Amino acid sequence: MPEQSRAEIQFHHIGRQREAERLGMLVFLASEIMLFGGVFLAALALRMLHPQEYVAAASHMKLWHGTANTAILLTSSLLVALAVEWTRGGRPKWAARCLWAAVALGLTFLGVKAHEYYLDYREGKLPGAANANFSTPFEQLFSNFYFSVTGLHALHVTAGIILLALAALRGEARHDRHAVFIGNVALYWHLVDVFWIFLYPTIYLAGAGE
Amino acid sequence: MTAAAVDTEREPEEIEGTSYLRAGYSLRSWLLTTDHKRIAILYLLSITFFFAIAAVAAALIRLDLITPEGDLLSNEGYNRAFSIHGIMMVWFFLIPSIPNTIGNFMIPLMIGARDLAFPRLNLLSWYIFIVAGIFALFVVVAGGVDTGWTFYTPLTTMYANGAVVATVLAVFISGFSTILTGLNFIVTIHKLRAPGMTWSRLPLFVWSHYAVSIIFVLATPVLAITLLLVAAERVFGIGVFDPSLGGDPLLFQHLFWFYSHPAVYIMVLPAMGVVSELITAGAHKKIFGYWFVAYASIAIAVIGFLVWGHHMFVSGQSVLASTAFSFLSIAVAVPSAIKVYNWTATLYKGDVALDAPLLYAMGFIGLFVAGGLTGLMLAMLAIDVHVHDTYFVVAHFHYIMVGGSVTAFFGALHYWWPKITGRLYNEVLGRISALLMIVGFNLTFFPQFMLGYEGMPRRYHVYPQEFQVLQVFSSAGAGMLAVAYLMPLTYLLWSLRSGARAPANPWGATGLEWTTSSPPPKHNFTEQPVVVRGPYDYPLAHPRSRQDA
Amino acid sequence: MSANVKRLVAAGLMLQILLGLTLLVAFLPLGSLKPWIGYGIASAKAALVLWFFMEMREEGGLVRLATVAAFAWLAIMLTLGAADYLSRGWVAAYLNP
Repeated sequence: MPEQSRAEIQFHHIGRQREAERLGMLVFLASEIMLFGGVFLAALALRMLHPQEYVAAASHMKLWHGTANTAILLTSSLLVALAVEWTRGGRPKWAARCLWAAVALGLTFLGVKAHEYYLDYREGKLPGAANANFSTPFEQLFSNFYFSVTGLHALHVTAGIILLALAALRGEARHDRHAVFIGNVALYWHLVDVFWIFLYPTIYLAGAGE
Repeated sequence: MTAAAVDTEREPEEIEGTSYLRAGYSLRSWLLTTDHKRIAILYLLSITFFFAIAAVAAALIRLDLITPEGDLLSNEGYNRAFSIHGIMMVWFFLIPSIPNTIGNFMIPLMIGARDLAFPRLNLLSWYIFIVAGIFALFVVVAGGVDTGWTFYTPLTTMYANGAVVATVLAVFISGFSTILTGLNFIVTIHKLRAPGMTWSRLPLFVWSHYAVSIIFVLATPVLAITLLLVAAERVFGIGVFDPSLGGDPLLFQHLFWFYSHPAVYIMVLPAMGVVSELITAGAHKKIFGYWFVAYASIAIAVIGFLVWGHHMFVSGQSVLASTAFSFLSIAVAVPSAIKVYNWTATLYKGDVALDAPLLYAMGFIGLFVAGGLTGLMLAMLAIDVHVHDTYFVVAHFHYIMVGGSVTAFFGALHYWWPKITGRLYNEVLGRISALLMIVGFNLTFFPQFMLGYEGMPRRYHVYPQEFQVLQVFSSAGAGMLAVAYLMPLTYLLWSLRSGARAPANPWGATGLEWTTSSPPPKHNFTEQPVVVRGPYDYPLAHPRSRQDA
Repeated sequence: MSANVKRLVAAGLMLQILLGLTLLVAFLPLGSLKPWIGYGIASAKAALVLWFFMEMREEGGLVRLATVAAFAWLAIMLTLGAADYLSRGWVAAYLNP
């Protein structure tokens, strides 16, 4: 493959290429952080403008769906971290098993999310729904905001699941380049987890116990 | 010594058939290339096309403003003309202009690398840009939009006419092209420097592109999420920016200017990098205060993120926040001023050759100072309250973006044209067009300072009789500017057929890009360059073909 | 199990404990302290993920700098943005007490 040979000329050795790809991935993640940063500034602004209404609106969120999903994502992150460890440690079978388990957890996350959306749909909470059912305008705004943000996050989860599956398919082969790929996919998945870690208090915990 | 690269005495002739331009002639060899030099050419062609569209919109605006009654365009037509002009100029010309053409071409050459770190990502970034461009063209064909380039809410989300969602998507998509370019530059500059190319030996052009890449990566995603929210608000009525649901229209301005003020530095930082190269090469002298100029780029990139609130002084933003933003905005003038002083000091007692690139560079300094000083005025809360949304602001940012960035872009194009194409352009015509551009620019935009100070608001095409004289001056200047832009287009293209063959180092300049043949071979260097000298080590380089020597 | 694996599993357990803790705290009558604690625990969780799972503990200065830069920029955006929302009424309240 001519492309590969060009890359090999380009970087003096594979270690340097690994560093470059890892740095590239982290720079990309930095831009992802700022993408979600806009979401968090919006949440902060809404909360500072309407502190009481924000808490009241958040109390309508499905806390247990959110909590279950947090636990699911945290567990999947652990599995992915173990997969990276075992890829490097020369146990590709275990690495692949961990990655497939993480894929399964990712799909479970989306399943829980879908169930949550389904309940919202039945309650008339979808943006622009004909059977709209909100006690205050702000509650509607918060609900719309929740759909936008969790939808954006779910897109990232979907992309992450595809990447994890690709990594798992390649996991059997213990080649240095694949280890780099799995490492970078893992970084992406962990960051998607970090976003959820902050979305959890923003959307679900804010209204707990009200 | 194996330091082939710094041996500026030797003339590396182009070996027949090795130039990147001869690496393939088919359309496929261009459209599927991963060579950073060819991708730079692809970008150059695309942004020239978008520049033409935006320039036509500008011409319509200036023609319409000749009469106080606005006889040429309808109200709606005028709104659409200035919106297309702004959107096209900002996202489809100015932001990619220097980084994606000259930067893409020169950064690997300047640091002694064969290509960028991720060549295929570089090509992908161009294709993303083209997809965004197709959306933008669709908007033009579909009759445009009247949002202005700032997409303010609730105008954009509730009242604006035209292909609003397509416009928002076009800008949204173009942002990903920008992010990928920034990512590529950052990794390239960190990981692919030639042996001996330490950070203290990096050309200042590379420093400023490093700074601008930071902004690309950290500011552009905020624009992306903002535009997504705007589109969601317009289509689904999400309400984050809608006060009737408890949302905040000012939140849009916070998010938008968090990106768009740094975006001004996206436009001007690469231009500053260009000017550092042009000034040292024109004066044949080491840059005065290398580290000050280098760190000033980084400082501008960082402080540029702290000043966005100065766009919101009259918007209903908290007065205390405005005061803080006012102070921080004044602070960003410090690194900018450092650069201007250092360029001027570099020229002092230099062996100055007034070639076209240096004329453009000096034009940049003058126009940038005018734009920068009026920027200081606008950063002051008390002044801005009076001239906000007047032609004073319009003139100010055109001095920075057009007087600064576009002038530097043309300077860069002339300076590196022999390297990129292997041909010399007509130097006399180059100097004439440089002078014409500086005079035409001032004639266009200086009257706008006066108009704004007198109270002419921006984005109105019907105005009181007493403003007509200044408006006519401004339109006449725009005509002159058009000639100054069309002239290089003709003589540069003419040089491709009939220009003399360029030597490797026509300006007697330092820098690794001048040590390889013109145009460079496919892999940039025939042997791995090793750097043993600092940047701008000028007494060692000798001008070869200066026409006035 | 190698030391690395044990460390990762311990971090994973710690994350689940913190999740339980933040859920518990959310139901306590802590008033305006609640968001501070909620986001504090979230930050601790994110730090664990970054440090152990994303291997910041093994990385060199450059990669750490890239990561810290992103969060620093985010902090700039949130701080200056909040400065506006926080102080909007202050001058008016001072002038018309």
